[in-house]
Amino acid sequence: MQATTGTFAVKKGLAQMLKGGVIMDVVTPEHAKIAEDAGACAVMALERVPADIRAQGGVARMSDPELILKIMDAVSIPVMAKCRIGHFVEAQILEAIGVDYIDESEVLTPADEEHHINKHLFKVPFVCGCRNLGEALRRIGEGAAMIRTKGEAGTGDVVEAVRHARAVLGEIRRLTTMADEELMHYAKEIGAPYELVKETKELGRLPVVNFAAGGVATPADAALMMQLGMDGVFVGSGIFKSGDPAKRAAAIVKAVTHYNDPAILAEVSKNLGEPMVGRNVSTMPEIEKIAGRGW
Amino acid sequence: MKIGVLALQGDFAEHIVMLKRLGAETVEVRLPAHLEGLDGLIIPGGESTTIGKLAVDFGLIEPLREFGRRRAIWGTCAGAIFLSKDARRNQPLLGLMEITVQRNAFGRQVDSFEADLAIPELGERPYHAVFIRAPIIESVSEPARVLAALPDGRIVAAQQGKLLATSFHPELTEDSRFHEFFLTLAR
Repeated sequence: MQATTGTFAVKKGLAQMLKGGVIMDVVTPEHAKIAEDAGACAVMALERVPADIRAQGGVARMSDPELILKIMDAVSIPVMAKCRIGHFVEAQILEAIGVDYIDESEVLTPADEEHHINKHLFKVPFVCGCRNLGEALRRIGEGAAMIRTKGEAGTGDVVEAVRHARAVLGEIRRLTTMADEELMHYAKEIGAPYELVKETKELGRLPVVNFAAGGVATPADAALMMQLGMDGVFVGSGIFKSGDPAKRAAAIVKAVTHYNDPAILAEVSKNLGEPMVGRNVSTMPEIEKIAGRGW
Repeated sequence: MKIGVLALQGDFAEHIVMLKRLGAETVEVRLPAHLEGLDGLIIPGGESTTIGKLAVDFGLIEPLREFGRRRAIWGTCAGAIFLSKDARRNQPLLGLMEITVQRNAFGRQVDSFEADLAIPELGERPYHAVFIRAPIIESVSEPARVLAALPDGRIVAAQQGKLLATSFHPELTEDSRFHEFFLTLAR
């Protein structure tokens, strides 16, 4: 038998298995277990959730491999971990310890202000953030097998995730009405590879799975992102910075499955305790925003 | 023919695309009432712990067991685990098929792979299968039987009457032969 590993089909395929699910940020094996028991389809192993990275400042780097390995041991679901934008050695280390997905993430301090990682060189798949269609297709061109909105991580304010989801999905809707001869000009305009622009037009969607991220804090936020047309949801600080993480985590999982059923959404939104303390993005100084990282 | 796809979590949309291409009417199943009037059901790939938990929370376990005693069900990957009698781990299972499965049997994501399989039921042409953090079917007992195995003997597909389990993902390929085979069981 000729078995082939690391193909784009299996990289993209794992993201397809995560669809309709919730990926949760966790900082300890205990958190990971709570997330798995609540129905998370994967966890993101981190030393600090984005809200703490914001609060503490300094340089945010890849987490200690030992912590990530302990989280991998604690759960049977896929484990993701973050590396800095452009830091391909952090990515090599994460691949070597066997994480299931790497998030080349703007939440960490960028290591390269011009280039992202050449993700084609890895067997492990990558997810990358985007704010618009051009950015999404540039990342896919570099080999990303999954895309997420950037939103504004660690704020609990969903407004930026909505902005980025509407940008990507709206641009795809406009693209599907363009004549074929308009595609090259459009590709040039948005700085995206022509072949991927063409493929996106033909599919009427991104060629890879597209999740929402960055500011999702409630079941209603998660269902909002699903109704807008996203394939699933990342929840970062929103769960373990809230009053009752296990209950909120389970409620968000149910809300993503039943995103179109307001009666169930009402039921799961009851008595969740305190949500994370949010930070209003519209009054936040530009310098504190992290969504602008990525090129 | 009306086929449901369990839409709690996972790649249910990919199955629906394939079924529609073959002319079947499709229904997304999230609650017990959605099983009404279906000729068959597909349980997609996804995370079996997530699918199992949501099935328990929304009262689907007994209705799905009842459905499987009369009608066709096909589970791919997580769906195959969910159909099994034993997943060697404490998690909600339907227990409809006499198979024991081992989750993530090939390792982690970097070990996910594609390979050609010989499946006599689908004809002579090899079947190109995609395995993603795939389970294997460790053992099969009567009345279940082996449908496909890797060259080293590890079982990756089994059938028990109208019930089917595959540890790979036909919905991720362009080859519709497995879906056609399932539709003949649902008929």
